[in-house]
Amino acid sequence: MVRTLFIEGTYFAAAVLFILGLQSLTRTEGAQRGMQQAMVGMLLAVVGTLVNHGIVDYRWIAVGLVLGTVLGYPLGMLAPMTAMPQAIAASHMFGAIAATLVGVAEYYNARGAVGSATMTALGFETMLGALTVTGSFMAFGKLQGVVIDRPLTFRGQNAVNLGMFGAMVAIFIYLIASPVHPALFYTMLGLGLLIGVTMVLPIGGADMPVVISLLNSYAGLASAATGFAIGNNVLIIAGALDGASGFLLSILMSKAMNRSFANVLFGAFGTAPTGAAKTAVGLTVRSISPEDAAMQLAYAGEVIIIPGYGMAVAQSQHQVRELAEQIEKRGGTVKYAIHPVAGRMPGHMNVLLAEANVPYDRLYDMEEINAEFDHADVALVIGANDVVNPAARTDQGSPIYGMPILNADHAKSVIVLKRSMNPGFAGIENELFYAPKTSMLFGDAKSSLTKLVSEVKTV
Amino acid sequence: MSITSITEVYVFVLAAFLGYQIVRKVPPLVHTPLLAATNAICGISIVGALVEAGAHQTRMSTILGVVAVTAATINIVGGFLMTDRMLKMFRPRAKPVARAKPATETNGRSPGSA
Repeated sequence: MVRTLFIEGTYFAAAVLFILGLQSLTRTEGAQRGMQQAMVGMLLAVVGTLVNHGIVDYRWIAVGLVLGTVLGYPLGMLAPMTAMPQAIAASHMFGAIAATLVGVAEYYNARGAVGSATMTALGFETMLGALTVTGSFMAFGKLQGVVIDRPLTFRGQNAVNLGMFGAMVAIFIYLIASPVHPALFYTMLGLGLLIGVTMVLPIGGADMPVVISLLNSYAGLASAATGFAIGNNVLIIAGALDGASGFLLSILMSKAMNRSFANVLFGAFGTAPTGAAKTAVGLTVRSISPEDAAMQLAYAGEVIIIPGYGMAVAQSQHQVRELAEQIEKRGGTVKYAIHPVAGRMPGHMNVLLAEANVPYDRLYDMEEINAEFDHADVALVIGANDVVNPAARTDQGSPIYGMPILNADHAKSVIVLKRSMNPGFAGIENELFYAPKTSMLFGDAKSSLTKLVSEVKTV
Repeated sequence: MSITSITEVYVFVLAAFLGYQIVRKVPPLVHTPLLAATNAICGISIVGALVEAGAHQTRMSTILGVVAVTAATINIVGGFLMTDRMLKMFRPRAKPVARAKPATETNGRSPGSA
């Protein structure tokens, strides 16, 4: 009795600490402490489980815990901030492996003889879990560059995916009615694994923020389903929190990329754009020297920096901050405009800049900053493209039409740091680059910025 | 449907609603730490994994359980450490000290910059 009370107490405390931990993230103040408390919650839940009657042998548990810690520590500590999306994808994968295997073990032990309610839970657990395992693995591979980054599509892809999905659901429904069909159960599991692969294959790097959020949601729902299967409320609560959070983030991300809600739900996003809506024939760009660009920046009153993934790829966050410091030293103000899908996962750009010691109160969301472009002297675009493309506002034929963008073109002048005139991820020409008030500073972002810093110093 | 499973559905729906309401207020600034945090919390499936690994029901379930414990632990340890590392950067500072890190400290090379 005391033991049961203790166990339930730890679970209850864990659930409360998880909720408070998430709550603490609504403010930067105390967020770190809040999540450390959530970590304590997790520890409590583990301790509570270990005193469970059912557990008779601790040797293998110890092996698993030690091995997991040894492998998890470098994953958590060594992943650079630029690699955070793939590190989180990897972590998702491991979480989903756990949920899936627990489901399989439960089914195996019962030899399929489970009630329909339990079967429903087990089904959700293994389906969502399996899908998350391979989906996260593919996302990891794409982000890490192991699997090709560009969307891989083939004819009838949607039909094949839908067919597999339909088959999986059909098997699931059949199993609920008659659970003792191990072959069908494992087929369902296999289909889940396959769907995870085919779901992420057609998705390109730029769509990763949606994928990561969606997989986050699936992983949470798989955990919640585990909770239903083994009758444990803390799993249900944690899984529901995670599921809701991932779901909301995928909606936010899809809105920021102008993809419909249904697209997100069914994972049918990321179809390769059919081609440039407008070509650049007959348009000319104005190239600028670092000296002239530096002059413009040095005498600017208000500069808004628009960092894109190109900045992160060039590892030039620190140079960006140095440049901002030089401009501020000369009396100008510098703000950063962060598009919701800048980077490879929600909020990624903020993390990258914060790591470079950019004060985070200078980082502004799209809604906060868009009005300010009207009185900015210079909009400095670093390695961003689609998020400042005016075609999103004006050109109905453009694949990104309707996507909310940063109003860089409203600034008095625009300087774009870009490697070459290659179009961005979506493969669309950007009118902004050809606008009369825009000057292009070609070259690697890092070396361009380094030049700019030293030039501004000497102005 | 037993009474317990109905209660569980209640718990799920309420927790999902609560999660939605909380996450709605999380500023985009910390969306990446949020993802890492929810990811870490989701490693709670370790509770199920521990029971499978230690209950000695069948050899198969023990093996699956141990693998599951390992995977869940990676998820938890990795997830919480990532969250903590990121949130450390968003800690309010007493005064804005420009604790400039040398640029060379960043990981990796800039691809293509010869």
